[in-house]
Amino acid sequence: MTDAPKTTMVQELNAALADAMEADPKVVLLGEDIADPEKGGITGVTRGLSTRFGDKRCRSTPIAEQAIVGAAIGASMMGYKVVAEVMLMNFTAVAMDMIVNHAAKLRFMSGGQTSVPIVIRMMTGAGFGTAGQHADYLEGWFAHTAGLKVVAASSPEDGYGLLRACIDDPDPCIFIENMPTYRVPGPAPDRSKRISLGKARVTRPGTDVTIVSYARTALESLAAAEALEQEGISVEVVDLRTISPWDRETVLASAAKTGRVLVAHESVRNFGPGGEIAATVSEALFGKLRAPVRRIGAPTSAVPFSKALETAYLVAKPQIETAVRDLVQGKTDAKSGLVEA
Amino acid sequence: MTLISQNDTATRRCLSTGRLVMPYYSPKGQEAIPAAVSTCLRTDDQIATIYRGVHDMLAKGIPLNSLWAEQGGRATGACKGKGGPMHVSHPSTGVMVTTGIVGSSMPIANGLAWASQMDGSDRVVVAYFGDGASNIGAFHESLNLASVWKLPVIFVCQNNRYGEHTRYEKATAVARVADRAAAYTMPGHHVNGNDPLEVYVAAHEAVTRARRGEGPTLIEALTFRFYGHVMGDADDYMDKAEKAAAMANDPTLRFREKLIAGGVATEAQLAKMEAEIDAEVEAAIQHALASPYPDPIELRRDVYAEELA
Repeated sequence: MTDAPKTTMVQELNAALADAMEADPKVVLLGEDIADPEKGGITGVTRGLSTRFGDKRCRSTPIAEQAIVGAAIGASMMGYKVVAEVMLMNFTAVAMDMIVNHAAKLRFMSGGQTSVPIVIRMMTGAGFGTAGQHADYLEGWFAHTAGLKVVAASSPEDGYGLLRACIDDPDPCIFIENMPTYRVPGPAPDRSKRISLGKARVTRPGTDVTIVSYARTALESLAAAEALEQEGISVEVVDLRTISPWDRETVLASAAKTGRVLVAHESVRNFGPGGEIAATVSEALFGKLRAPVRRIGAPTSAVPFSKALETAYLVAKPQIETAVRDLVQGKTDAKSGLVEA
Repeated sequence: MTLISQNDTATRRCLSTGRLVMPYYSPKGQEAIPAAVSTCLRTDDQIATIYRGVHDMLAKGIPLNSLWAEQGGRATGACKGKGGPMHVSHPSTGVMVTTGIVGSSMPIANGLAWASQMDGSDRVVVAYFGDGASNIGAFHESLNLASVWKLPVIFVCQNNRYGEHTRYEKATAVARVADRAAAYTMPGHHVNGNDPLEVYVAAHEAVTRARRGEGPTLIEALTFRFYGHVMGDADDYMDKAEKAAAMANDPTLRFREKLIAGGVATEAQLAKMEAEIDAEVEAAIQHALASPYPDPIELRRDVYAEELA
């Protein structure tokens, strides 16, 4: 593992876009600041692409999210594979009509005559003091919308494979990038391999508890699982990778094996995706579980600025460890699923 | 114009007699606009329109059977009955999107036009919308982007004086929507939308400009809707004298008189054509009513490319 070539999420996303553009001239990019004269994206994900493929295929736009997503929708209806960058997940709120009323629904409303094979890339994630309008995880909004696929990679390896899969996919995909882990080194992917959407990955096998997670909290779950191993608790970690449609088969198989399930995500716990997953597991395995399914997520709060509050807000390794211990010990205090009760 | 007008009469009759049930936003009074614009368009040119858009679709050439079966929620409809009157698509005649959201035809029209630009094609796109939509953010974002990117798109504002129930002046900071073109460095034409010849002149210039790659145009066509916002609305918020004057100046009847007076057509020729149109519309209604409803399995289809389990 330590000898494996290292890479980062930024590098792999850049490579995925470049390889997709190389493979198919219909792949085009648009978004704020994405071309090289504008520095190739504020975090450099699209750096070099306009120079290599031309500024017609990697096009910087005005700061106008409705116009960006609308242009992506229209061009994709005509056969282009458009990757639109909306910079930050919170900015999708400005383009929600285009995403939810149009991108998600045009295939259905047209009876299949038109389709919108776009990818909307966005970064997010608390931990950098970006506070209430630059760090939310809002995947639940999109997962609740019929017609969208929602994807979040936790590792550079998955970042490459999942972004390629989203670009290839015939449906609109929301591609969530966790900004605070953009430059965390990880093993390099085999770029000839694709990852199917809707397929989770068991990133750590275990027998006592299953943690279902994705994005940054999937990494925190792995770290927690390692620590809990020392206490004699064997944790299996399932990284969903695709939040919608999610891999029920893998989750239910793991849950049936361990009998205990914790769902962990960075987004607000209440009404979050964890509720859907917990309900599905409970419906499918009622009577076979050793404990009620638990959820851990952010409190019902905006992402705070102050480091003290932000640390308390974030689902991280210590809170996941506590939640797993509670689960194993049969504690069912409803409030213990919140980071900050 | 005649088709749009007679189709409207037939639709209102269907709804008032209960032959068909659907939300209906009558375009009667606005028929000259798309009729004239469409004479400048080819089949492969495209439109993005709105819930009050059946006139735009008919002018673009959507087949009556597909339209009526869709309005009837039938499996034989353009969209298998899944979109309905507010969301008709018929790509083979260039009807790409019909949106129920004010302002949302424009951002997507830009994308269709961007595709034409990337294709190196001279295909153009028309975005239809109302005066109310000129106050929403999507209008401003779209005109700006279209101008910066020189997209082959024509923004056609059908100014019928009311945004739902609110008068134009009460909701709009400029006297003319066309004046807003200046803010985005594109030509803005203010025309009498009830005169097809006047609309044609502006549309021809705009389409020619777009085909040459010279960028977008905003056309404001001043008109009036005869039957309120939505069928069934009492329209008592509308100025009765203004409405009576508009109805007395029915654009279709006025143009009919003009054609006869100018010797372009005879009364007999037009009467024959009108009778044929009525028969075609009635045949389409009967086709729709005789068609089967979609199977409930359709709820699982076209949500994604792959059918849901």
